[in-house]
Amino acid sequence: MMILKMKKEDLSAFLDSIKGWGELWGPTKKEGKTTFAKVDSLSQMDLKATRTIIPPKKFLAPPRFTMFDFDEEGYIERIGDVPKKIIFGIHPCDIHGILILDKLFLENYKDPYYAERREKTLLIGHSCIPDDKCMCYATNTDFIAEGFDLFFTDLKMFYLVWVGSSRGHDLIRMRPDLFSRDLDKNDILTYTEYRKWKNGQYKGGIDFTGMPDVFELGYSSPIWDQLGDKCLSCGQCTMVCPTCNCYNAVDEVELGTAEGTRERFWDSCMFREYSLVAGGHNFREKRADRLRLWYTHKLQAYIGEFGKPACVGCGRCVDTCPVDINVVSVSKALKEQEVGK
Amino acid sequence: MKKMCVVLDDREVQDNPFQPDMWRIVRKYPLTHDVNFFQARPVDVDLALRWNYLPGQFVMLSVPGEGEAPFCLSSPPSRPGLLEFCIRNVGSLTETLFALKENQTIGIRGPYGNGFPMDKMEGKDIMIVAGGMGAAPLRSLLLDVLDDRDRFGKLTYLHGAKNPGDMLFRDEFFQLREREDLNCLLTVDKDDTGKWPAKVGLITTLFKDLGPIDAKNTFAAVCGPPVMYKFVMEYLVKLGIPKHQILMTLERRMKCGVGKCGHCAIEYLYTCIDGPVFTYWDVLHMKELIGRGVSDKVIA
Repeated sequence: MMILKMKKEDLSAFLDSIKGWGELWGPTKKEGKTTFAKVDSLSQMDLKATRTIIPPKKFLAPPRFTMFDFDEEGYIERIGDVPKKIIFGIHPCDIHGILILDKLFLENYKDPYYAERREKTLLIGHSCIPDDKCMCYATNTDFIAEGFDLFFTDLKMFYLVWVGSSRGHDLIRMRPDLFSRDLDKNDILTYTEYRKWKNGQYKGGIDFTGMPDVFELGYSSPIWDQLGDKCLSCGQCTMVCPTCNCYNAVDEVELGTAEGTRERFWDSCMFREYSLVAGGHNFREKRADRLRLWYTHKLQAYIGEFGKPACVGCGRCVDTCPVDINVVSVSKALKEQEVGK
Repeated sequence: MKKMCVVLDDREVQDNPFQPDMWRIVRKYPLTHDVNFFQARPVDVDLALRWNYLPGQFVMLSVPGEGEAPFCLSSPPSRPGLLEFCIRNVGSLTETLFALKENQTIGIRGPYGNGFPMDKMEGKDIMIVAGGMGAAPLRSLLLDVLDDRDRFGKLTYLHGAKNPGDMLFRDEFFQLREREDLNCLLTVDKDDTGKWPAKVGLITTLFKDLGPIDAKNTFAAVCGPPVMYKFVMEYLVKLGIPKHQILMTLERRMKCGVGKCGHCAIEYLYTCIDGPVFTYWDVLHMKELIGRGVSDKVIA
């Protein structure tokens, strides 16, 4: 892959130059929390923040949008009205999350709504500073080699810029004067030092090895009921998870007419209605059943199918769950057969 | 209604898999006090020729304004042009559907799911076990086998209902009892009429009347209420039918039908694309397919 060098002070000018392609979005601080928001320039962004509340999946599979307009004649798809966006500052874990969503939405019955947004969104990654909740080293998602258009690694004195796509290269071509292909020995040493430094930042000590077997063995464990007793079914874990894709779709009618829209919005397997079918049978009536579905899906089933977990180690569930149920505490509880406080 | 063709960066987007086509209800009548029969044909007649499916596949059916839900097909693909549904009124969507009249339109997209493995079943004996509403998807298989009778070996159809008034397609099935190219056995749990001309008892009582079975050469297809599986599965396994030749078709909540919305997930499978037809071998591995109790029973 093409790797270029850029002076740190040139980033602002580069972002200004590429804004013409589409709206510029980046991580910003709002009331102490970081969130991806529309910005005018680099000065509004907070590149030091470890994680945004909601992952960038919100750009590709939005929390809510209209799929169809309908009347008595039938359904007309609403597609083609999505603005172009450049998302700057996405961390490796979140790009890994997008790759998992790509597999789901773009293969085997391509989802045109996701595809349109993916097509109209440029992803520019940025290196990160892990905190005590990050576990991307355990999910092997701490670095990223694909899925982005450009990726900026901050090496304090300069940036190394990975060019991941033809469209990413087009952005470089808007300001070729800012980039250099000349990398010397010191640049390579700086990069290896950086990787060493990053690897030394993790403190969690979580290890997902062997989790599929632990899940299989623990299917009927009372641990699930104990976790179910704590769980509030609020669904926040699924909203903040970069690989959660579940959605609901309903028709909404304009009052007094036969016209309306088919709306699609995020759903959560933590909600009671998630597996409820007509007639009242609920395949996952208990909170314990629903928790087990989520964790089994992330840490057992997906590994069996694709050889890696559907957890990208971003730490958002650790950060978000009000009652401390997350990939770390659940894995630990299953391994040790004890629910922590 | 014309579909808009959208060009993104010079690449044409594929057909929208979520786009329902409009179909006209051409026949509708009650099968029991809460189950209706529906027959539909596409508004765009060309679609009728393109539309092909397998027994056991399902569609996503829309009533504009009310929403969308999965429904199995009761018609066989051997009789193209019309789709038939056997629908119980149990929710708000079916409530609205039941209020529709002939010539009104509904949205349909599909077919979805794996369906029954007709190619593998070719030349084999077929045993169909339907409990209650289980007859809705299994009628498609039954009629498809009957319509191409020489492709298959011995055909047995077992059907149980709660009472005579609840038996779906009662007249049709009684006519099948007259045919010599299949063994059609019907039972009701309770005969509240006193005039029921066939068996009385749970569906398992029909197994006594089966006669000799070439188990290794038999595919069994089962659909019914969860409580039925427990006993039927145990019987079929004891009979010696290989576990991967015992097929069942399952129900789950679905919002897309194409493996995106997540609702029908069971471990690493989606009922909509990996199912809804699963083998008993799958069930032994996938604890949540038809409930813990069933797989425990046979392991033990």
